[in-house]
Formats: sequence, structure tokens, C-alpha cells
Amino acid sequence: MIEGAKWRRWVYFYIPLSAFILWLLFPFYWMLVTSVRPDRELYRPWMAPNYAPFWTAHPTLEHITDLLTGTLFIRWMANTLFIAVISTLISLFCGILAGYALARLKFRFAGALGTGIFITYLVPQTLLFIPLANIIRNFQLGDSPWALILTYPTFLIPFCTWLLMGYFKAIPRELEECARIDGATRWKAMLYIIIPIAVPGILSAGIFAFTLSWNEFIYALVFLSSAEQKTVSVGVTSELVRGDVFYWGQLMAGALLGSIPVAFIYSFFVEYYVAGLTGSVKG
Amino acid sequence: MAVSEVVSQRAFARTPPRSATTRLLEDERWLAVVLLLPTVILLGLFIAYPFVDGVLLSVTDARVGVPGSFVGLQNFESLWHDTIFRTAVWNTFVYTAVATVFKLALGLWLALLLNRHFKGKAFARAFILLPFIIPTVLSTFAWKWMFDPTFSVINWTLFQLGLIHTRINWLGDPNLALISVIIVNVWRGVPFYAISLLAGLQTINPELQEAAAIDGARPWQRFWHVTWPLLLPVTMVVVLFSVVPTFADFQLVYVLTGGGPANATQLFATYAYQIGVGTGLLGEGAAVSLAMFPFLLIVVIVQLLYIRRVEVH
Repeated sequence: MIEGAKWRRWVYFYIPLSAFILWLLFPFYWMLVTSVRPDRELYRPWMAPNYAPFWTAHPTLEHITDLLTGTLFIRWMANTLFIAVISTLISLFCGILAGYALARLKFRFAGALGTGIFITYLVPQTLLFIPLANIIRNFQLGDSPWALILTYPTFLIPFCTWLLMGYFKAIPRELEECARIDGATRWKAMLYIIIPIAVPGILSAGIFAFTLSWNEFIYALVFLSSAEQKTVSVGVTSELVRGDVFYWGQLMAGALLGSIPVAFIYSFFVEYYVAGLTGSVKG
Repeated sequence: MAVSEVVSQRAFARTPPRSATTRLLEDERWLAVVLLLPTVILLGLFIAYPFVDGVLLSVTDARVGVPGSFVGLQNFESLWHDTIFRTAVWNTFVYTAVATVFKLALGLWLALLLNRHFKGKAFARAFILLPFIIPTVLSTFAWKWMFDPTFSVINWTLFQLGLIHTRINWLGDPNLALISVIIVNVWRGVPFYAISLLAGLQTINPELQEAAAIDGARPWQRFWHVTWPLLLPVTMVVVLFSVVPTFADFQLVYVLTGGGPANATQLFATYAYQIGVGTGLLGEGAAVSLAMFPFLLIVVIVQLLYIRRVEVH
């Protein structure tokens, strides 16, 4: 691809690409090394002559076992999983129906509603968290997973709707019309003809929504208060840092284990995830 | 059409007499109402209602547990004279502008690298997205640990390379803290830019490049006169999509510095959190959050105009 001498390929391609990959992935390697490093090695200043940053001579599972037995980490994982799965399902349900309606049906205010949903896509959580905390309290949902299950769809539905609208629009109308000529109702044509064809789009939207809810922080931080109810991100932040003391070994073990579910799902559905990401941008 | 025939024969062969509900759902308008109802209810309850509530809250002196009374624009007026708020506004704009420029430049560079054919390309692409998909708070803790003044691996590396002679206090030095926070934001955002722009690059016909090359255009000229103009629409949308979360960022700063040292990294969202949740002044906190609104509105309007223009053409 790059014309000229071999050194040019190194300078313009291999070296920059390697630098990018090193920079983007090093923090994850650092999580891994830190979580298996014993404390006496961990808290050795970088100026010390025997500071060995990139490996450890005495790997230990101490931090990981402490994390799993001495804290509520497993509980936080279960909470996060439950919240992410249910809010993703709710958002997919709403997003499929709304996306179909906006892509296929003719009705008044269709354009205005589409624009409205698109605008809510651009509303950041930090704009509304204070009044929303009030509302959650009034609905008696404070400190309950339902506070998050009901509020996460506010940023997931717009995304799912927008993405699925694109998929529905791409399906030829004739397919639906054929079914209707054969006597199918609109409802059944949607359910049995259109939705099955849009399954790749639904998968993309679902995976993307799942990672977004796993990642959410400020609502979980503000709406939940007791340690047993927390999500991974909030639990790690508030329970593994006591006062000014950071339990770095446990923190990094928590960061590593807390990332695994997302990374695991992502690894199976990379292509769908990328389709969701780029689809949401192209609109 | 063979597939749909089979499906329709199986599913609809015996059409029962249609009930009132079915007839209602055959009407496009009623079907639309039914399909959109769940979305409208959820978004209304948890976006529109809190927005109105936030506006009403921002003109009271409400505190946690105290409903408060109407005080007019007093909260906004006191913010106007609040030096910390002014610092937060300035920081937010610097943070957004600098981070966006670097994310775009580095993301575009990475996209161009990935647009070549090489061994292990699929792997590289999959791994590059990791910073974007791993929960931000968790990966930010890794950065906080890497920035630790006493145990920093970054300091060690720079020292070994002979670039520094004393320790660098990445997050504790007020002059450096904002830069450190921006580095982490860029790290997290570059994959999103790179993969989105790569998708844009792949839609550009390679023959255009070849034609320009035959005409004697040098690589840089080919990029500037062929690739860049064709990539611009995608670039615009990517930037607009990423500006909003950057501007309203919270979690990264909350973990790294909590807004310190001496408010050097205070942003709109962290300050709103500090006042609204930390101090419990709900009215004033809501006012800080709402102060973001004019900027967000501008982005949304630009976004809508731009999308409409693209749709028309």
C-alpha cells in the first residue's frame, strides 16, 4: 500500500499503529498486573531501585479472593447484571415498536415525534439527575434497582429507536404488502414478517444498550445508597476507597472482573457492536 | 416472495373473524398510538417531567427534605458572581474543545491506519474498541493508579527514558490536572472516532484514490483533496455526537480528581453534583445543571439542521 522503501512502511504504518495499540491497551495490562501483585511489591515507589513495573515475580490471588469474600462484589455484579438485562429488554421492546411506527406508518406528528425522540438521545444524564432524584424519591423508588431499570431506558430507547428505524426502512415494503394481501393484519405482518428480518439490528441495539447500562454511573451513584444495592461501578468507587485509603490491589481486581461481562459479550458480537456504533452515527 | 408466501400460509391460513381490537389496529393512526405509547410514557415520565421539575426547582431555595420557596432568578444571579462556577464554565469549554480536537485528529489518523490491508486487522480493530466499551469508571481507576505520584509507572518510564528528572504530580498539580483528565478522555474517545471514521472511509470508492494517484497527486494531496471532503459529513456527525457527552462529562473527573485540586478540574456536572448532592442545595444544584442547557440546545439545533440538509440532498 505504501510506495517506496521498506523503512517508509515502518515509519508511516507499523510504528504509529503499534504506538496506538500500546497506548490504548496498556491500562488493561496494568489492571491485570496490579491485581496479581502482592502488596509489598505494589507499594514500592517508582524511584526505588528494585521497582519492576511490567511483571511480578510473586503473583498472588490474594486481592481477588479478598475482593470476592471480603466485600459485596459478587452482589454488585448480580445487581448490575439484573439492571442491565431488564432495562435492555424494556428498551428493545419500546424501541422496536416505536422504530417500526416511525419508519412505516403514516400519522400526524410523525416527524415531530421522531425529532423529539432524537433530541432525548442528546440529553445527558448530568442535566437531569437532581430533579430526577426528587422524582425517584416521590415514587418511593429510592435505593431500589427499579430506580435504574426505569430511568436507564431514557437514554437507551432513543438510541434503539433511531438504530432500528434505519433497519426497518431498509426492508422492502412489498414483503409486508404480500403478507397483507394474504390476509395478515398489520400487527401480524409486523410481528411475523418485519421483526424477524430486523433481528441483526435488534441484536446490535441490544448489545449496545447492554454495554451502555453496564457503564452508567451518575444515576446509580445518586439513586442508590445502601451497599447491598450498588452496581459494580458505584460499589468499587465507594466501598474500596475508605477515606483517603485506596485498596489498589482490590480496586484493580474489581475493575478487571467488573469489565469481564461486557468484554465477554463484546468478544462474541464484535461485528454487531460495530454495526450498532456506526449505525447510530449514520442515523 | 416464496418465503413470505410460506410464512403467511402457515400463520394466516385460517383467518378468524376480526375483533374490534384487530380492526382498531388496522387503522394506521391507532396502531401508531399503541406502538408509541410505551416510549412516550417512559420518556415523558423520566425526561420531560424531570426537565420541567428541574426548571421549577432552579427558581427555589429547596434543600434536601425542605421544599423551599420561590426565589426568582436568585440562584442564577449568585452563580454569575460565583468564581468557582466561572472556573467550572471555563474548564468545561477548554476540556471539550481540547479533547475533541485531539480525539478527532488521533481518531482520524488511527482510522487511516486501519483502512489498510494488513495481517490481524480484524483483531486490531476488535481490541482497539476496548477503551470505549469497558465501563469508564473502572478503566479510569487504572489511569488514576498510573498517575499516582509515588507509584506511577508513567513517571518511571519517562525517568528511564531520561525525559524527566523529578516526579510529576499528574493529578495533584493544578496546572497539570486538567491536562491529565483530558488525556484520559481522549484515550477513551479515540476508539469511537477511529471506528466511526473507518466506517466512513470504507464507503469511499478506492478508484477515486487511484485516479488521483495516476494524475500524480502525492499522498497528502490525495488525503486533503479526495478523502477529507468525502469524509466530512461523517466527521461532522461523529463530532456532534461526541461533543455532548464530553461537555456533560462527570464520571471521569469524579474518579480522577473529584474536581480538585482547588477546582482546577471542576466541570458543570461535577460542580452540580457537589452543590446538589454533596451540600444538598437542590435549587442551586439544579441551576448549575440547567446552565449547561443553552450550549446543549445549540448542538442539538446544529445537529438537526445538518441532518435535515443531508436528508434533503
